[in-house]
Amino acid sequence: MTTTGTHGQGPFIAAIDQGTTSSRCIVFDRDGRIVSVDQKEHEQIFPKPGWVEHDATEIWTNVQQVVAGAVEKAGITAADVKAIGITNQRETTLMWDKNTGEPVHNAIVWQDTRTDALCKELGRNVGQDRFRRETGLPLASYFSGPKVRWLLDNVEGLRERAEAGDILFGTMDSWVIWNLTGGVDGGRHVTDVTNASRTMLMNLRSLEWDERILASMEIPAAVLPEIRSSAEVYGHAKDGALAGVPVASALGDQQAALFGQTCFEQGEAKSTYGTGTFMLMNTGDEPVQSYNGLLTTVGYRIGDQKPVYALEGSIAVTGSLVQWMRDQMGLIKSAAEIETLASSVEDNGGAYFVPAFSGLFAPYWRSDARGVIAGLTRYVTKAHIARAVLEATAWQTREITDAMTKDSGVELTALKVDGGMTSNNLLMQTLSDFLDAPVVRPMVAETTCLGAAYAAGLAVGFWPDTDALRANWRRAAEWTPRMDADTRDREYKSWLKAVERTMGWIEDEE
Amino acid sequence: MARTIQSLERAAAMLRLLAGGERRLGLSDVASALGLAKGTAHGILRTLQQEGFVEQDPASGRYQLGAELLRLGNSYLDVHELRARALVWADDLARSSGESVYLGVLHQQGVLIIHHVFRPDDSRQVLEVGAMQPLHSTALGKVLSAYDPVAHSEATESDREAFTPHTVTGLADFESVLDLTRARGWASDVEETWAGVASVAAPIHDRRRMPVGAVGITGAVERVCEGGELGAQLVAAVRDCARAVSRDLGAGRF
Repeated sequence: MTTTGTHGQGPFIAAIDQGTTSSRCIVFDRDGRIVSVDQKEHEQIFPKPGWVEHDATEIWTNVQQVVAGAVEKAGITAADVKAIGITNQRETTLMWDKNTGEPVHNAIVWQDTRTDALCKELGRNVGQDRFRRETGLPLASYFSGPKVRWLLDNVEGLRERAEAGDILFGTMDSWVIWNLTGGVDGGRHVTDVTNASRTMLMNLRSLEWDERILASMEIPAAVLPEIRSSAEVYGHAKDGALAGVPVASALGDQQAALFGQTCFEQGEAKSTYGTGTFMLMNTGDEPVQSYNGLLTTVGYRIGDQKPVYALEGSIAVTGSLVQWMRDQMGLIKSAAEIETLASSVEDNGGAYFVPAFSGLFAPYWRSDARGVIAGLTRYVTKAHIARAVLEATAWQTREITDAMTKDSGVELTALKVDGGMTSNNLLMQTLSDFLDAPVVRPMVAETTCLGAAYAAGLAVGFWPDTDALRANWRRAAEWTPRMDADTRDREYKSWLKAVERTMGWIEDEE
Repeated sequence: MARTIQSLERAAAMLRLLAGGERRLGLSDVASALGLAKGTAHGILRTLQQEGFVEQDPASGRYQLGAELLRLGNSYLDVHELRARALVWADDLARSSGESVYLGVLHQQGVLIIHHVFRPDDSRQVLEVGAMQPLHSTALGKVLSAYDPVAHSEATESDREAFTPHTVTGLADFESVLDLTRARGWASDVEETWAGVASVAAPIHDRRRMPVGAVGITGAVERVCEGGELGAQLVAAVRDCARAVSRDLGAGRF
């Protein structure tokens, strides 16, 4: 993307998105418009089935390159940039030597399942909810705490070095900030509340590391970064293209999208439709415990203001189901064609597709479930299946919003959406029909980077307050419900019947 | 027998030769198999290569069939693919112009709106995806009629209804509007379809330079026009957007 010549003369905010497959840097102007983008992918390392790692040194090199690239494409200098914001893949865990700056092991990525057995062991007689009250999370292999424990147990001599105070732990925000602010030469070892809330080591109410959990997981406090707010100046970039610029925000990617969508009021929610889907709802300044299979997490915290909490529900298979239709089934040539195929029929022809490819996630959490296409008759064509594919994403969103309403007592008034699948008009209309609520797409698709930029801009006074950010938010499209209540209820019932049929397929979990 | 073009026959023979099993052939293989002088064979191969029908292996210098042949078979661009590619650019156009953005393709006798971005103010607006617009009076329709021969015949053979006193309905006048559109690369509609409404549109081309759609902005005439003329900055923004989408679809710079 290039400048169109209609942007102001600056100043600007730069956002770094250290993501799962790539690192990006986007420069934004005061209106929240994109001035330039640079992006670089990094290697996905699969040492064993179920294991996923990243080379943190490669990632840091890429981050430096994309920052330089975005600044150059924008035709600006460090003097034009008022702050740097960071957003990152969540939970991915790294430990490094604070004297040399060398990682002691590849970063263990959030998708990595090597801590499955360890998590069961940590659950003891209580099970996966052992730390839920304190952390809002179930014991699952995504979260950082058990990954730290795995590293301490499996990298030779690491525990001793950690206890001696030579080793630092961090999620990718910490790694990027530590390096940006000088690394071995005075780098700041910090993390923000949103990233810390995904470690399973932080107490959601005190926003401090929980000593009891640290003891249970046998993690020495010396390795931990300082927990800071999501929007404050952590330090200044030491060198590189943005030397001297304040590093002023950090937010996990989904929380950054919540911020970029300006969901600042209790009950406002966003849903990001990519390979999988992540939905977060702002629940105000109190953490809401979930009894319906959702996660409780920190949404954001601006400086010394009260923290804002969120409920989170994720759907494992959404965009990837469309890819599956393209790559494994060969029913379409491109992802966008799913809409063409699905639009060629009026309805699903009685077919329902529950893509429980690796079990059912929120709100069911059934690992014994597997995918099902139910309701097949001779009448059903591939077009009906395509329709069922899109409806699956919409119904799964409905299940999560229902769980959020039950947990929070707040009815969803409108859903703000972003991500690649929002270009699918039929899906967005179906979503609105099934939710019986308006679905709204904002004008800037890059809400994750925008959220990091917003938080950094607030921290340095580039934007005065969240109202100014709201004023930047622009509606690009809105879909309103067109389905009558009877049809919706009948269809939902059929969907739930199809979901039931996925359960118990795997008889022996081992 | 009717008169045929020898070089086309030879090119066709070369493609059949290269299609015979999975193989790469050198220049002399091709020349001798078809009984041609090397220079003649090379000229034809080079032309086919430029069109993408033949590719040359950089290491061995041997020739094989090109990817373009595969694409010929399924050349139809899915409109949802077009929308997905245009999304970012259309959003940016709406923000920079302050007006609503429409993306249209030819469908039957009119323009089918396949993408719509709201005007970036807080007013209530309704998504118009799926709506039809006339070919002869709207900016999108004029662009399609100027660049797409099928749209052109639909528009010239239709009745060209007068929606307002400004609608151009006469065939000769309409053709000169299309000539102007082709000459400057964009079309306008100043109160020719709806009173008080003006629009500007430019063509989107695919990688073969085929016109696959049109993108434009629509707004109140007093905002879009300056002293009776269309705002030059708006026109430039629309054309930039059309070029950006075309580039994303693989069209070269033009």
